[in-house]
Amino acid sequence: MSDLVKGEATTVETAEKLGLRPEEFRKITEILGRTPNFTELSIYSVMWSEHCSYKNSISWLKTLPKDGPHMLAKAGEENAGLVDIGDGLACAFKIESHNHPSALEPYQGAATGVGGINRDVFTMGARPVAQLNSLRFGDLKLDRTKWLVRGVVKGIGDYGNAFGIPTVGGEVFFDECYNVNPLVNAMSVGLVRVGETVSATSEGVGNPVFIVGSSTGKDGIHGAAFASKDITEESAKDLPAVQVGDPFQEKLLLEATIEVIKTGAVVGMQDMGAAGITCSTSEMSAKGKHGMNVWLDKVPTRQAGMKDWEILLSESQERMLVVVHKGREQEVMRVFEKWDLNCVQIAEVTAGDRLKYYMGNDLVADVPAESLVLGGGAPVYKREFTEPAYFAESKKFDINKVSVPADLKAVAKHLAAHPNIASKRWVYNQYDSMVGTVNMSTNAPSDAAIVNIKDTSKALALKVDCNSRYVNADPETGCAIAVSECARNIVCSGGEPSAVTNCLNFGNPYNPEVYWQFVGAIKGMSKACLKFSTPVTGGNVSFYNQTSSGDKTEPVFPTPTIGMLGLLKDKSTRMTLDFKNEGDSIFLIGKSRNDIASSEYLYSWHKIKNTPAPYFDLDEEYAIQNTIKQLIRQKLVQSVHDCSDGGLFITLLESAMPRQLGFSISCTKDIRRDAFLFGEAQGRIAVSVKKSDEEKFTAFLLDSKTPFERLGEVKGKGILVDGEDFGAVSEYKNVYDTSLELILQ
Amino acid sequence: MKFGVVIFPGSNCDQDMIYVLRKIMEQEVVELWHKDHNLQGCDFIVLPGGFSYGDYLRSGAIARFSPIMKEVMEFADKGGYVFGVCNGFQILCEAGMVPGALLHNTERKFICKNVHIKAQHAGTLITAGVPQDKALKIPIAHGEGNYFADAETLKKINANGQVLFRYCDENGNITPESNPNGAIENIAGVCNAGKNVFGMMPHPERAADPNLSNTDGKFLFQSLLSMVTS
Repeated sequence: MSDLVKGEATTVETAEKLGLRPEEFRKITEILGRTPNFTELSIYSVMWSEHCSYKNSISWLKTLPKDGPHMLAKAGEENAGLVDIGDGLACAFKIESHNHPSALEPYQGAATGVGGINRDVFTMGARPVAQLNSLRFGDLKLDRTKWLVRGVVKGIGDYGNAFGIPTVGGEVFFDECYNVNPLVNAMSVGLVRVGETVSATSEGVGNPVFIVGSSTGKDGIHGAAFASKDITEESAKDLPAVQVGDPFQEKLLLEATIEVIKTGAVVGMQDMGAAGITCSTSEMSAKGKHGMNVWLDKVPTRQAGMKDWEILLSESQERMLVVVHKGREQEVMRVFEKWDLNCVQIAEVTAGDRLKYYMGNDLVADVPAESLVLGGGAPVYKREFTEPAYFAESKKFDINKVSVPADLKAVAKHLAAHPNIASKRWVYNQYDSMVGTVNMSTNAPSDAAIVNIKDTSKALALKVDCNSRYVNADPETGCAIAVSECARNIVCSGGEPSAVTNCLNFGNPYNPEVYWQFVGAIKGMSKACLKFSTPVTGGNVSFYNQTSSGDKTEPVFPTPTIGMLGLLKDKSTRMTLDFKNEGDSIFLIGKSRNDIASSEYLYSWHKIKNTPAPYFDLDEEYAIQNTIKQLIRQKLVQSVHDCSDGGLFITLLESAMPRQLGFSISCTKDIRRDAFLFGEAQGRIAVSVKKSDEEKFTAFLLDSKTPFERLGEVKGKGILVDGEDFGAVSEYKNVYDTSLELILQ
Repeated sequence: MKFGVVIFPGSNCDQDMIYVLRKIMEQEVVELWHKDHNLQGCDFIVLPGGFSYGDYLRSGAIARFSPIMKEVMEFADKGGYVFGVCNGFQILCEAGMVPGALLHNTERKFICKNVHIKAQHAGTLITAGVPQDKALKIPIAHGEGNYFADAETLKKINANGQVLFRYCDENGNITPESNPNGAIENIAGVCNAGKNVFGMMPHPERAADPNLSNTDGKFLFQSLLSMVTS
């Protein structure tokens, strides 16, 4: 074997073609002490891409709260965050984007997003128990949007269903800002016994390193670099950068992985996502402070004649890198043979920090592991940011210039049928939500998804949320609202918020106005996560979500999707959102506000788009959530449902529909009726209370100084507002259930 | 009674079935690996749901050639009890162990939701103990659950009492609207002529744990247990 690196020296032009900047090319030359060859340059181009290095976001991500009493693995330490949930169990969970692939090839793009996030969880030894997703698409009137929705939903379904983990929750939102660039964020949640996790590390000189799972093909080459570019009309040419998923292989890989960990023969393991073999070998080596000799010609490939850099960069799915204790190879190979999966030794751990990649006898790349990775030699940039003009403009919004519609019933019907509010059953009926027999929300709906932890008294409460319209209106407040709403949904379901994962979808970070949105969102998230004691355990950043056509660039709404993990220590205290009994009183906890800013009502009925975020007060929100916890614990409420998109009216309608129980309410006199019914001011929760509990209930609220008002009662089959007949619940239910499927079928 | 749940590569409802049989019905259960040739003396074999072999080619088409299926077929031929749910039903159809075939849902989409089914008579192990007038709420989750059989076969299985369940509305009416996948005559489950091999698309094991607020599926397990032990 030669110790001289083969291949010609590259130029700065080639570096730029691979997405590197001239100063980055110079830095690589300095690190190596020579000009890199094409393979080495390719390695740096993917490892230093935004997607792998977080170079434009990491300095701000570090300001997020990471510490919590139950954290076993903090942000950035492992493939996913790990939270101690008691009973000797830990929960691994993470959310990740697959936006750019989904924009070009929605079916495979979304499917491999599901595959990737689940691998992040089970590579740690945790068995996934639940999946969620957060999807954003453009205007539903466009054929392209319908194509994207159908493809993404089928992709998520086909992959997740075959993989066999229930999809228990999610959100779907439509706005024309996502016309070209949809957002596809997938979350996976897994359980593992404390102490049985595996780390993504490589150590022990002489230990063999195996590639397991699928063979390596030419799919997804330069995918990470592709995800770090703007989506343009040229992007269709990047199609080979989209990977192809095989959920059957993933299912086998899951079972084999869990089984192989039990042998105790595994030193470390990491899945292959972005940048494939390059990323897993370098990250594991850097973490374990060792080097590695890798023989690329030993990698099982799908076709003959693959070049060294193709093998290195391939993002073929359903593969893992496993470092094994020397002498225990047979135990590992037996497990993979049982599951009919590849298991081939391709590398060996070495002393030092060099990663040496060989093709046959030729040394094709020789790079220090540390220089490639986040927290090591990867670049870190501080970006400029400036407040965009629209922000000051939005503050000029004056509610008094908007007239209250004469026919509020028509507004109510419009909202119930609006794709952003109507039932998403066309979507979720295509997902297996019940496999695993843990989904406690199927027959008992609540604000957060409740997932049974079998053989314990506990359950998980899970939620993904982000109203990106609010974040666009005011990044700091909007992102704090996203965190608060997740917490509120978990609390309204009887749970205790525990920890957060985030998926930060933004435009181009080199645009100072986009970066201003990013910084604002991080500040808002920090503030809210500190308040709710929910540390951020990890997640991902997806920049470059925007459309460039000609010389015009439009970023998507800043969309920092929050995935929150909550815990129900005693699942018998879970709470549901549906009205239970005729005659129960309906109360609003929190205050009605004269506020319609950024509401779906203002946006889609009045078409007024540039307005501030809705009313929000973090301390007030926190206090109200604490009150709700107490009310649930004391069993003083029959149903609990928070006010969010569509306002109080939609909240009450959603409580009314499951059992087709009507309600009669009166509007508060000093509040505009449109704001009262359809405004989206935060910190409001609607509850129903048994007549016999009403005295105790009001005494408790007065005692705790929580603002509240009595709205009316559960009554009949119809809806009465100030005595006016708003129609039958069944009428609304029909519209609410079918409006999305009528558009998409 | 000793149950054996077969695990094919890609099975994903195997552990749900085992949980219900072992923890809720309190029965002895063993896992049977698809590469084995030993039924370990089980009294009752279950083929669980999932995507055996990725359901590539056609649902159940590859699994029926799994090594263990030889023993399962011999066991059934001798009158042994075999119950296939969802993918298990698809495998039974592919193996010719129950009549008919399962086509793509008419909407050509995967559907997961609660549906209602009604037992057709009390003449089989699985339906005998089920309330005959009640619409049972049981979930489905499949892309290929559209039951089909030719006219002659239909006539025969109807006459022989081989139709176990039909899809119905929540009041027990068997209507076109309550048919979720286009199944001929709303058929949700059938058995063989010997009435020892049973297949159904809905998942009773997903409606048996009180934590999930629906235990209608338990009627089926109770039925088969009381029939076999009595």
